[in-house]
Amino acid sequence: MSKRRPYVRPMDGWWKKNPYFVEYMIHESTALFVAAYAFVLLVGLYRLGQGEAAWNGWLEALRSPLSVVCHLAFLVAIVYHAYTWFKIMPITMPPILVGGKKLEPCVITGSGIAAAVVVSLVFFGIVWRIAL
Amino acid sequence: MKKELKRSNAPIFWGLFGAGGMLSALFGPVLVFITGVAVPLGFLLPSGTMSYPKVLAFAQNFIGKGFIFAVIALFLWFAAHRVYHSLHEVGIHPGLLAKLLCYGSAFVATIISASVLLGIGF
Repeated sequence: MSKRRPYVRPMDGWWKKNPYFVEYMIHESTALFVAAYAFVLLVGLYRLGQGEAAWNGWLEALRSPLSVVCHLAFLVAIVYHAYTWFKIMPITMPPILVGGKKLEPCVITGSGIAAAVVVSLVFFGIVWRIAL
Repeated sequence: MKKELKRSNAPIFWGLFGAGGMLSALFGPVLVFITGVAVPLGFLLPSGTMSYPKVLAFAQNFIGKGFIFAVIALFLWFAAHRVYHSLHEVGIHPGLLAKLLCYGSAFVATIISASVLLGIGF
């Protein structure tokens, strides 16, 4: 080991200095909420496989105030994920040419958000129909 | 030059990330709202929306089975990829352990959900 201790610029909290990177870190961290929700569903599926009593236990756990508060937090985070997902879609997807011109970024973002709204309403309607 | 060019596995993980990100952007909010808020609090949806017979029938239906599997597996592959690539940002240099924890948990969850869904029957 060398005795030299060269100066290494500390990088802790580098992203806090620029609002652009703060937003970046927030939208990246929404993935943790998506993962947490998927694990809740995985537990539910596992309990479903174990039979009716186990399933009802999972439903009962979902009714606890802590669970509802957690799911409201998931909801906020995942809505924000959806918004940022479509906001950066003009950069992440290959350019679409319409009449020889590149599609405007706001058109791509707008259609993504519109699709999410339509999907949400239709899906909610289907669940309603099945449940009746 | 090598005889066989080694192919990168990156497109597979990137594809799973893209599919999971899109699926969670389209269906995530409404799913959380239904399973985590509306049904537990008993508002907007009929009572018994997520009763055992109804959810079991949904999980035994071909489309329902595929949907549940896609949601759980792709949400987790999406999250695994995004978390793995963000570790560097918080000063953790990604190595084999980080890779195993991120993608490994998504892999294990995929296997568990597939086996439960197959065990439930058609």
